[in-house]
Amino acid sequence: MTVTEKTANAPEPGTDGDKKAPLLEVRDLHVEFHTREGVAKAVNGVNYTVDAGETLAVLGESGSGKSVTAQAIMGILDMPPGKIPQGQILFRGQDMLTMSADERRKIRGRKIAMIFQDALSSLNPVLSVGYQLGEMYRVHQGLSKKEAKAKAIELMDRVRIPAAKQRVDDYPHQFSGGMRQRIMIAMALALEPDLIIADEPTTALDVTVQAQVMDLLAELQQEYNMGLILITHDLGVVADVADKIAVMYAGRIVETAPVHELYKRPAHPYTKGLLDSIPRLDQKGQELYAIKGLPPNLLRIPAGCAFNPRCPMAQETCGVDVPVLHQVTERDGTELAGRGSACHFWKETIHG
Amino acid sequence: MGRYVARRLLQMIPVFIGTTLLIFLMVHWLPGDPIKALWGDKVPDPAQVEALRHKYGFDLPLWHQYWNYMTDLFQGNFGETFGGRQVSDVMGEAFPVTIRLAVVAFVIEVVLGITLGVFAGLKAGKALDTAVLVFTLLVISVPVFVLGYIFQTVFGVQLGWVTPNVRNSEDITELILPGAVLGSLSLAYVARLTRTTISENLRSDYMRTALAKGLPRRRIVGVHLLRNSLIPVVTFLGTDIGALMGGAIVTEGIFNVQGVGQQLYRAVNQGEGTTTVGIVTVLVLVFLFTSLIVDLLYAVLDPRIRYA
Amino acid sequence: MPDVTKTPGTAAESAAETAAAAGEAAVVAAPASSGKPRSLWSDAWGDLRRNPFFVISALLIVLLLVMAAWPSLFTSTNPRNGDLTHHFLTKPEYGDVFSADWFGYDKQGRSIYARVIYGARASISVGVLVTIAVTLLGGLVGMIAGYYGGWVDSVLSRVTDIFFGIPFFLGSMVILVSFSDRKVWVVASAMAFLGWTQIARVMRGSVITTKQSDYVTAARALGAGTGRIMFRHILPNAIAPVIVVATIALGGYIAAEATLSYLGLGLSEPTISWGIDISDAKDSIRDNPHVMFFPAGMLCITVLAFIMLGDAVRDALDPKLR
Repeated sequence: MTVTEKTANAPEPGTDGDKKAPLLEVRDLHVEFHTREGVAKAVNGVNYTVDAGETLAVLGESGSGKSVTAQAIMGILDMPPGKIPQGQILFRGQDMLTMSADERRKIRGRKIAMIFQDALSSLNPVLSVGYQLGEMYRVHQGLSKKEAKAKAIELMDRVRIPAAKQRVDDYPHQFSGGMRQRIMIAMALALEPDLIIADEPTTALDVTVQAQVMDLLAELQQEYNMGLILITHDLGVVADVADKIAVMYAGRIVETAPVHELYKRPAHPYTKGLLDSIPRLDQKGQELYAIKGLPPNLLRIPAGCAFNPRCPMAQETCGVDVPVLHQVTERDGTELAGRGSACHFWKETIHG
Repeated sequence: MGRYVARRLLQMIPVFIGTTLLIFLMVHWLPGDPIKALWGDKVPDPAQVEALRHKYGFDLPLWHQYWNYMTDLFQGNFGETFGGRQVSDVMGEAFPVTIRLAVVAFVIEVVLGITLGVFAGLKAGKALDTAVLVFTLLVISVPVFVLGYIFQTVFGVQLGWVTPNVRNSEDITELILPGAVLGSLSLAYVARLTRTTISENLRSDYMRTALAKGLPRRRIVGVHLLRNSLIPVVTFLGTDIGALMGGAIVTEGIFNVQGVGQQLYRAVNQGEGTTTVGIVTVLVLVFLFTSLIVDLLYAVLDPRIRYA
Repeated sequence: MPDVTKTPGTAAESAAETAAAAGEAAVVAAPASSGKPRSLWSDAWGDLRRNPFFVISALLIVLLLVMAAWPSLFTSTNPRNGDLTHHFLTKPEYGDVFSADWFGYDKQGRSIYARVIYGARASISVGVLVTIAVTLLGGLVGMIAGYYGGWVDSVLSRVTDIFFGIPFFLGSMVILVSFSDRKVWVVASAMAFLGWTQIARVMRGSVITTKQSDYVTAARALGAGTGRIMFRHILPNAIAPVIVVATIALGGYIAAEATLSYLGLGLSEPTISWGIDISDAKDSIRDNPHVMFFPAGMLCITVLAFIMLGDAVRDALDPKLR
């Protein structure tokens, strides 16, 4: 089962030619949280697919549901208060939501691994990094303590931690932020999983270290031909490494596109707003654009398009009808592969 | 680490001197005349009183008495009781009894307290958790002497499971009942503390990581959760040993355990300062050293703590 | 009493847990649902009102305070008048509810019901007085040690260690044995003399944490004086843990007074106290358990009420849970 499909490299989603099941497919996923204030609808019908060797970037503000989706895929949502009222998460064609707890546990870490944002709090403070890395081998492969430690050193070398042999018994707090994140990456890589979910892997790091960590991640992904879901709110991080992007807002995907097309020609006013709010050197002296208003309250998501109260293009229909994810086309009607926009006025947005 | 221990030991000296001085002053400075009290209601002979005063050094200024006491102490001489016995002999008899009682209480407190706390913490907000909460609330609210009588009446007299009074303190089974009473308050604290740290750590990021690693639940709880959650509990338990030994006055009285508490009760009521000061001195030493050990242990258990 | 506890499973906590678990969902939800940012105190009050433990304990405490202030509202019998024909009397002479012989009579033929009612005053007074004294004394020591740091802190911390080193009961006994007439204020003073260390330690820690926060640095940068910084900026933000510890300790002090009285070294006659009555009852416990049952039960209820209150306040004020 650890054989990765080298041939399935980057098939274009939306084309029905390939009948093979994608590595991961999320279908109409809904997640809600039952809180004292009411039911917070964190994810409202998300669809996406990731193939081996492919990188999907999921972009969105905090509260957009991007991390909750990831946690639902990993099966580490707190339930209750979390609940998945509908949807499917297919891993190699099998719905993980209907699996037994033990089946799911065997996928976690071994087939799908996760990298968390804050490595300092995500690593156990009282166990040495060698122990925490070796634990993967001891639990999943039944290696002895000694063998596991040797493997841990090997792993630390792989993610280029200097003096791995000397540092294997150190504790997380003794490493720098960048090194800790490398340890997180090493832990995720340990069993060479098919899919890695990286939840804001560089947000907590210094800018100079961010690039190193991202490069390492991209390189290792290439090497092992893994699928990668990169969750971020930072458009800058995405551009170099992602193949395609899904932009989320209020628990929905509002736009999907291959990465460079999205930057060139956004087809959703929200994406457009995000791109316009990046400072640019050639626009020095001008006032920076900001999307007005606040992210929506998930207990009371606005009717119609959730973005309509903040949208500069909103019309009457936007407050009434929920826009579906339209296939985006050129002016002449030719389909743009892999592009979709959940906006009633996507044509006006992309074609001006 | 050697430097840290040395520094801590140095810090302990003023605290040790201060505490012994304080208890010494409390015993000797406050009103009340233990020598005259020896005669009870009868009128004492002034010459005899003076002689006794001189014998115990009560005619000296207080600072001089303290100085004499401390110099004797460093030669291992704790002084003598009014009855003419060496205080060290009295303590030599009483302390083993109290230590046995404290150990029984400690074991009950650790085993039951941590077990209850772990289960409550894992089920935070559920019925079991609420039951443990109510149990600990009741235990904390019922004063030890009331609990002692309840246990003695129910288990000792009515059910007859154990003897209501301890006749032989070397028989551990006889110490279980008083041990449970003595350890009850700390048991409740341990349960609550464990419950809190467990439920707090349950929400921590590294627990989410452990889950994401695909570890079995046994391992997540047993290795990742317990290891972190028990650190503050160990700290509390460490400082509690001294408290159990010093807090046995009521329990020993109810169950007639011939330990330190009984000796203290007798000494305090008779105004016999030498015994009181002697026992408190030993208790203070126990307290100071357990605190030091706990601090060292803390640094062993939590690698983030450095000896500073 | 060591403050190492936290109330499990109250409504406040499970709500906080839910919110925390809901993660980003709840973060977005919170500000919009209340309209304006909630302060620690108003938020705490909101939690308290919803906490059944708080409501029960608050009602009990109000009842007990009324009992302590106006015992004659509850009984017209004089608690000191004994009638030896009533010696240890219980059933079948039981009268109506709330009448003098409701709980039976003690050895001297005094109404246990009346004594239980009148005993509230002494017990609660000692608890409240000790709590006020240790909060002021310990709070002051902790504030000075935490604020000034350095050698002031070293000296005050060592002094705190010295007082902490003396076992509380034992020390109180040694002090109290010297007094033959032990009124409420004598017992309270003895307990406060040894009891302030815990508050001092909590206050010191809290002040040190608060002192490092940005708004204190800002206040200092703006030229605020020491007194102003201490009382306007640090105190209101550092006081929450002290209030929690003090509330829970109050229950503990009431229990401690009763224990001292039970040992014959607490309050002395003619003060009416549950502890004294329990102590008197211990010789006849086998044959007449009712004589101990009622004062002991009342004592437990009172301690329980204050500890429950403290628990609820802690849950509401504990910033870790939000």
